This record gives sequence, C-alpha cells and structure tokens, in this order.
Amino acid sequence: MLMQTNRHTENSRDGLSGPVWFSLILLVSWLVLPLIPLAIWSVSRSWYFPDIIPSAFSLRAWNYVFSNTSDVLPALGVTTLIALCATLLSVIIGLPAGRALGLYQFRGKALVELLILAPTIVPGIAVALGLHVVFLSLGLAGSYLGVLIVHLIPTLPYMVLVMAGVFANYNPDTEAQARSLGASAIQTFFYVTLPAILPGLLIGSLFTFLVSWSQYILTLLIGGGRVVTLPLLLFNFASAGRNDITGAISMIYILPGVVLLLLGARHLTGRSRAVESLRQI
Amino acid sequence: MTDVSLEKLTKAYPGQTRPAVNDVSMHIDGGSLTALLGPSACGKSTILKMIAGLLPPTSGDIRFARQSVLQLPPNRRDAVMVFQNHLLFPYMTVGENIGFGLKMRHEPKKDIDRAVGRMLELVQLEDMGTRKPNQLSGGQQQRVALARALILRPKILLLDEPFSNLDANLRLEMQQLLNSLHQELGTTMLFVTHDKEEAVGLSSKIALILNGTLRQYASATVLYGQPKDEDVARFFGARNFVPGKCGPGYFDCALGRFTLPESVSSTGRLLTFRPENIVVGGDNILENSFHATLASKQFLGSQTVLGLQKGDIFFEALLSPQIAEPLQEGSTVSVHLPQRSLWILG
Repeated sequence: MLMQTNRHTENSRDGLSGPVWFSLILLVSWLVLPLIPLAIWSVSRSWYFPDIIPSAFSLRAWNYVFSNTSDVLPALGVTTLIALCATLLSVIIGLPAGRALGLYQFRGKALVELLILAPTIVPGIAVALGLHVVFLSLGLAGSYLGVLIVHLIPTLPYMVLVMAGVFANYNPDTEAQARSLGASAIQTFFYVTLPAILPGLLIGSLFTFLVSWSQYILTLLIGGGRVVTLPLLLFNFASAGRNDITGAISMIYILPGVVLLLLGARHLTGRSRAVESLRQI
Repeated sequence: MTDVSLEKLTKAYPGQTRPAVNDVSMHIDGGSLTALLGPSACGKSTILKMIAGLLPPTSGDIRFARQSVLQLPPNRRDAVMVFQNHLLFPYMTVGENIGFGLKMRHEPKKDIDRAVGRMLELVQLEDMGTRKPNQLSGGQQQRVALARALILRPKILLLDEPFSNLDANLRLEMQQLLNSLHQELGTTMLFVTHDKEEAVGLSSKIALILNGTLRQYASATVLYGQPKDEDVARFFGARNFVPGKCGPGYFDCALGRFTLPESVSSTGRLLTFRPENIVVGGDNILENSFHATLASKQFLGSQTVLGLQKGDIFFEALLSPQIAEPLQEGSTVSVHLPQRSLWILG
C-alpha cells in the first residue's frame, strides 16, 4: 500500500508525457512572449518599424525609473501597501463569510451569494462612478483609505468564493474534536483550522493581491489623481508614447505576479513547502 | 471515579417544533460503561455533545461528581469525546495525533513522547507512530482516536458510535479492546450506539432514547424481559402483543386466561411474551397453554420463525430448527407460555 503510493508519486515526478510538455511550452510562451518586446523596449534608445531589434540601446529608462525625480518607486510602495492591506482585509472579512457560506444553509443564502458575486458581473466603471459620488460625500474620495475600501469590491468576491469552496469540503467536527481534547479556541484555530484551510487561504490571498495590484479605473476615479499606483503611472507613460519607460515600469509591475504565480503553482500542485513546514509544528 | 448526572436536560433548536433532547434525567455511576441507545437522529449524539461541552443545553443541568459543569468550556471539562469518524488530524503523524491533547496542555516534549509510546502499546500500534493517519486501516485509525482521548486520562470518556464504520469482525475486536481498557482504567465511559447488540454486549446499563426522550434506563436483562412500554419492547425485538384485561394474578385475553408470576404487576392492558420463550409442540397440557394453528414456518439458519394463529390473534415464536422440523404448516399445535416469560405493558 505504502510502496504503491510512493511509486505513484515518483512516476508523476519523473516522466512528463508529450502532451504535458506541449501544453507547458504553449503556456510559457503565451505568458512570456508578450513580455519580451517590453523587456527590449526598456533598454532601447531607438526602435523603429522595420528593425527586428533596436538600433540603439541605453539604460535611460531604468535610470529614470530609479531616479528621485520619477514617481515610480513611491508608486510601487503605495501599490504594494494597498494590495497588502486589501488582502489582509479580504482575509479578515472573507474567511468568516466563506465559512458561513460553505458550512451552513440559511435563509437568503442565494441572495448573499449573488451580492458577493455582483461586483465581478457588473462593469467596474458603473460601480466606480456611483461610488465616487458616495465617497465624495463621505470625504473618502482622493484618500488612501477610500482607494483601499474600493479595492475590496473586486477583491472580496475572490476571497469569499475560494474560502466557501474550501469550507464546503471541511468538517467542523474536527474543531469540536480538538476542543474536546483540551485545545482552547485559539489553539484550535492555529493547530486545526488553519492547517486545513491554508492552501485555499493562500490561493485566495494571491488572487486578492493581484486583483488589487492591477486595479486601474477604481484607483483613478476614487483616488482622483492623488493616490498614484503603478498601473496609473503605466497608463500615463503608455499614452504619452514613452515606450521605453512603459517597458521598464512593466517589468517592475509584473514582478509580484510572476513571484506569486510561482509560489501559487506549488500550492496548486499540492507540493508546498509552506504547508509542509507548518505541518511540522 | 466520577459519576455523571443529567438533570432535566433539554436541547431545542430554533425553528424546530419538537426539542431534539427533551427533559432527560439520568444518573451514570462512576466507573461504569453505559450505552445511550436509539435509532439515528433520536438525540443521543446531542446528549453526548452537551456532556462534552460542545453544545449548550437549552435548559437543565449536567453534573460531574455533583458539580455543575455547564460554565466550563469543553477543553476544561475532563470529559473527552471520540467522534464517529475518528477525525484524526490528517497533517499530523499518528504519534502527533495521540500527543495532541498533552501538547495543548504545554507538557514537556519528553513526557509527551513517553506517554505516546505507552498509548501506542496500549492500543497495539507500536510501530505506527510515525505514519500518517491515511496510511492506517479503519480499525487502526479508530484505535488511534481512542488512544488520543485516553492519553489525557479523562475522568469521563464519551464515544459517539465509535465502531459503526467498521466491519463486523473489526467491531468485535474493538469492543473487546474497549472492554479491557475500561476494566484497566476504570474511566466512566458513555457511548452512543444504534446497535442494540453492541449496547447489550458492552454496557452494564442501557439508556434507550426515542425521539429525544429517555424511555427506559436499565440493564439489558430488564430491557428485554421487562420493558416499560410497547415502544421499548418493540425496539428490543418484541413482536407479540395481545390486548386483554388484568385480574389479581391473571390476565384474560383472546388466547385464554394466563397466570402471571408474582413479580408482574396486575395492571395494564397488553400482554407481551418474547418469541424465543414460547414452547411449541409439547404434549402435556400445562398451565398457560392453548392450541393454535401453525400458519407459517420460515427457516433462518440457526432459528426457525413460526407464525401462529388463534382466532384473530397472530403471534410469532422462535424455535431451534430441530424442534420446529416435524411441525407441519396448517396443523394445530399446542403452545405453552411459561409464567416467567409473561410481561404486562401499561
């Protein structure tokens, strides 16, 4: 029995079959190829139509990006901070909400689910325009807090839905068992609940972070130009025709996505060190 | 040894007309092995969860050694519950699972390891400590769950259908293990089951719960021989009920007049007698005997079921196949109901 399972995992690790390789290459080229021109742009001085590669290279764009006069580094900080806060808030709200939706049947459950899903269906611009009026009257427009709150609209559905899925396959009696074995409520959460939901929680956080990271319209409308995030800068330079700086900012902009995707992929395949290390506790 | 008292224990869920547990009062002796028996969804697991502190009762009281424990959270009650589906923590090894409770009490790792080793021995899983729960068989998993509870030396051990997911042989093995553990540790054990054979075989006293109420709380012999009412009798396999009237020391019904033993009260309107206690086909006409028609005969391997008819009254008898063999369907046979097999229901 034990040997069988070992052999099984060895098989799946060693021999990737033809179709798997093919789809892997397809996926990588689909993700990576569009980025190559941007990378080249970021180090080019002049690159005009018939040329395959730029006629002149320079680090001008990168120098600008990291200089004190550009807004890129502060924007990077703001974007990261807002995305992190949005993720944290989504966990705090989405975890109990997902638990309620996943574990319990209650009156009006379908309506709650619809309301949570609504922001992913309704066009963002319509929501943002309506919210702008409300936020103006609340004094939240043009503030970091306002932007953070508005980011929760598109991020929360991901967290809640992922957590609802996790809890739908979760037996709350495990917690009762831990309590009966002498664990306090807090111990139960850290030793029993958290390890069970951690993979889902990480996936949900990953989605949440990236959705907040890539918000443009909501940040623009609610932030009113006073809250400057990377996508806003990116759009500015792109529409100004500065392809070199656009390329350089893009490189920075995709960095967390790539890192999180690599981390997340490990969890999606269930071969996670993070989960494993927590199990050692 | 801690005794447990339930005082008018009631649990009502909102939106349900009938309480899940209704006014249950009983006293469980310290060090005893007691069964809560009943069909599924009769409220017996709810009672167990309330004793463990996992569900608050709507009203009533629970006392351990005459002290009310209602204010204590489950982790401070000294009553550990083992669930039906073992509920081992999948990401911990078997050893870590067993040591879980001690770890929650912040005991030194050395002590935990030693205690875990002892427990693995006690449940005969010496070499399994480093395995993950999913590498064990169902019976082994259930033994780990038992060890995980017993390592805490609880005053009260609560078992919710502990063996119902196991196959018959394994169940027998586990029952023997539980029995020997009970004798060795002297813990007050209370277990929930829907299987009356399991309850009879394991426990000194059985509480029969039907529809959330405690119907009878007694030893197995009493529940089989002297059930309190028709529902209790039916639950324990009684099939013969004959209406009639009681007189001083006798019962009159369509089958005739039967002399009752002195121990049986002469009030009540329903006579019952267990199918296995009926004597069929005797020659002598004894007291409490009559003739009936043998309507049907069914061979069940170790027993034969006879369907007997007298007038409108139909009743069943269980006989050993050897004795039943010569009896012909459709023939008239003599039937004797021994005095001590008679019981009158209210």
